[in-house]
Amino acid sequence: MRYGEIGFNLEVDLSHGSIDRVATDPNDTRLFMGGLGTSAKIMWDRVSAETDPFSPDNLLIFSSGLLCGTAAPGSNRTIVSTISPQTKLMAYSMMGGFFAPELKYAGYDKIIFSGKSEELVYLWVDNDKVELRDASHLKGLGATAASEAIRKELDDPDIQVAAIGLAGENRVFFASIEQGRSSASRGGIGAVMGDKGLKAVAVRGSKDINVADPVKYMELCDSVLKYIKFRGDHPIHGVPPILQGLGSPQEMAIVDEQWHTTNFTWGNSRTRRKDFWTPEVEQKWKESQEKVRTRLISCHNCPMKCGATIKVPDQPTYMMKCYSKLTYTMAAFSDLDFGFKIAQKATEYGIDGFSAPQAMAFALELLEVGILTQDDVPGMPEDNEGRFYYLLEKIVRREGIGDYLADGVYWAARRIGKGAEKFDHNTIKKHEQLPLKLGMLNPVYFLMYSTGEKINITQIEGQFPQEPFATRELREEFVKDWLQVPDEKFKKYYVDWEPRGEMSNPYYPTVEASCEIVDWMEKMHYIDDALGMCAGLSSFPLKPPYHIHNYPEFVTAATGIKMTKDDVWRSATRTRTLMRALNVRRGLNRSDDKPPEDHWKKRFPELEKQLLDAYYKFKGFNEQGIPTKESLHELELDFVAEEFEQKGIYSHG
Amino acid sequence: MAKVKKIVKSITIDADKCNGCKACEVICSAWHATPRYSSNNAARSRIRIVRLPLRDIYLPVYAGEYTEVECTGRNSYVIDGKEYNECDFCRASCPSRNLFKEPDSGLPLKCDMCEETPALAQPKCVEWCHAEALIYSEREEEVEEDQPKLADVELGVGAMVDKFGLQQVLDTLARRAKA
Repeated sequence: MRYGEIGFNLEVDLSHGSIDRVATDPNDTRLFMGGLGTSAKIMWDRVSAETDPFSPDNLLIFSSGLLCGTAAPGSNRTIVSTISPQTKLMAYSMMGGFFAPELKYAGYDKIIFSGKSEELVYLWVDNDKVELRDASHLKGLGATAASEAIRKELDDPDIQVAAIGLAGENRVFFASIEQGRSSASRGGIGAVMGDKGLKAVAVRGSKDINVADPVKYMELCDSVLKYIKFRGDHPIHGVPPILQGLGSPQEMAIVDEQWHTTNFTWGNSRTRRKDFWTPEVEQKWKESQEKVRTRLISCHNCPMKCGATIKVPDQPTYMMKCYSKLTYTMAAFSDLDFGFKIAQKATEYGIDGFSAPQAMAFALELLEVGILTQDDVPGMPEDNEGRFYYLLEKIVRREGIGDYLADGVYWAARRIGKGAEKFDHNTIKKHEQLPLKLGMLNPVYFLMYSTGEKINITQIEGQFPQEPFATRELREEFVKDWLQVPDEKFKKYYVDWEPRGEMSNPYYPTVEASCEIVDWMEKMHYIDDALGMCAGLSSFPLKPPYHIHNYPEFVTAATGIKMTKDDVWRSATRTRTLMRALNVRRGLNRSDDKPPEDHWKKRFPELEKQLLDAYYKFKGFNEQGIPTKESLHELELDFVAEEFEQKGIYSHG
Repeated sequence: MAKVKKIVKSITIDADKCNGCKACEVICSAWHATPRYSSNNAARSRIRIVRLPLRDIYLPVYAGEYTEVECTGRNSYVIDGKEYNECDFCRASCPSRNLFKEPDSGLPLKCDMCEETPALAQPKCVEWCHAEALIYSEREEEVEEDQPKLADVELGVGAMVDKFGLQQVLDTLARRAKA
């Protein structure tokens, strides 16, 4: 028997309709732990560099993590892996909710989809009974509506469903996979699902999830719960209210959005409104939020309440989490009422709340400067909100200009031409980013934006504060109970970091310290993604209950595989390096490793070069950002080095 | 008849506070696993949440008595504009549904308030419910002492005599009285 994990994957070939239950190799658990780690290994082994995202040979993997479904609070993440139609690189996206634990209760760690179905189908996993079912009657249905319809026809309200909406069916490059209160939105994985003719995956399970050292494991779980309570009683002062506690930014519970609305940019990530947040706005937004918010809700086995059920009058009920309440609001220069209304439609259509509003705001900018004309948008309303609804409908149907915008800002700009490329200013590696424009370069954030393989700042940042507290005394106070640091030196880096002067951005943290800080933060995300742990209890908030000191104990007690701190660290390094290798094999190189071009006003080309050189070296990459033969050998990834040599990647890289 | 004091354990379920996280199901099934905590499986839990997010229904229900027969009707309740099925509130392990039955054997499950020696401060589900939807309390009640009633003894002895004959019962009683 296997512990922690189940030890079996489901292989579903949609072209032939075949379904197999396949035992997995325990050695891969030792090497990659699970989740994103083992999925990356499958992607490396089975999806060649030449595979088009919309080829039947592309895989779509729904994975639980190593700890998912065990008693560890917050271990509920579903990690979805495929090749992204937008970036053409390995897509990273992940969702909370209830899907991954249910999949393990049903007796599987992953579902691996290959091929393509000619007719629209959905997969029904009921313990050992697994079948592909006709979904023609669900065609065009919203993601939430389709999930409800499936629960109804299978007559069980506890079935967990992950589904796409119209956007996924129409292969919108930023289509999401929706699952009740959560969604896997980034990288256009919903488009791959739609391309495969897969409307939904429905799961129900009633088997055991076992752990190897039950008493020790429960002690660890109890200590995490205690710490969560402690952190609830000890918010971190000096950071915005939504970031003071644990979990996702608490935007469903808290109304105060001064930080986002005055620091982040509006429109097509252009305008900063430093004076936006007034007592009047706060009062109005409070009313808007409390009017529609029915209840704060949780993911599987988690005491946090990061999501909410939202009921806008005359629209169906839906569920929301954190920042998506602001993305449409801010892109359209509108208010929270509009944000809640349009998000309901966007959730049903199944599109990413980061990318979609930016693609729309980008189109409106092109219209303003005359690159697009009224002929491109026939029948579009005059008002800004009306225009957003108009563009949403066009995009999810790929009608007219919507067909261009559905590929995302990068590809749309190139297809439209006439100088539209200049308006694509907030993407990295062809993928839309958070709307944020700042003054002085931050060396830590420079490295994270440039090199993060998940192409999303929130999936790499977290453990080190975004900026120094104003005084040394405050910083000394902060580090006092900072037990999460992997090494005491990080406390010194933070205490010495000043808001102004010599010991401040961009030259402090030093190049060396910046490399170490980024590596720590990134590593924690990779561990979470292997274990299926919510970043909101681990890699994302300051001072979380899970960290590098207790994770090895969790892994060991869950699996019975003795893993030390170094082993867990090395496993995360291995997965991170393998993801880089996958992308290098698909053509990624140093020239792609850069932040959005106007992210900072003050840039330092020489320092940036130093940072990137040093970071590559630190990570075991050569100066082109390619993992070296030596570092691959060290990580037991010799098979990668062999293929790189065969393909001549080192010589012409 | 003598009065004795008895501890009555109860859990108040504040359904308005439930967020549907199912931590109670996880810890209940882990606690009752053999060996303890070695596995978890919501299907073995003695508490289940009726969770219908789009209708804003979150209702923790505890496993109660086993019953051989199902109800004759299926009524529904409307509370605060939300429609509940009668079964949503029912604690029984019964033939009409799969709830509160061991998934392997089909044997009925019943909440034991985490009976344990020494006693737990509170049942595990309450401890793990950070939403405070489950609130544990104990109260003392005076109840009449449980004494065997004469009629019961007579009934039992009568059955023994019918089966084994008076002499054999008398001999046995005499022998036991000496022992």
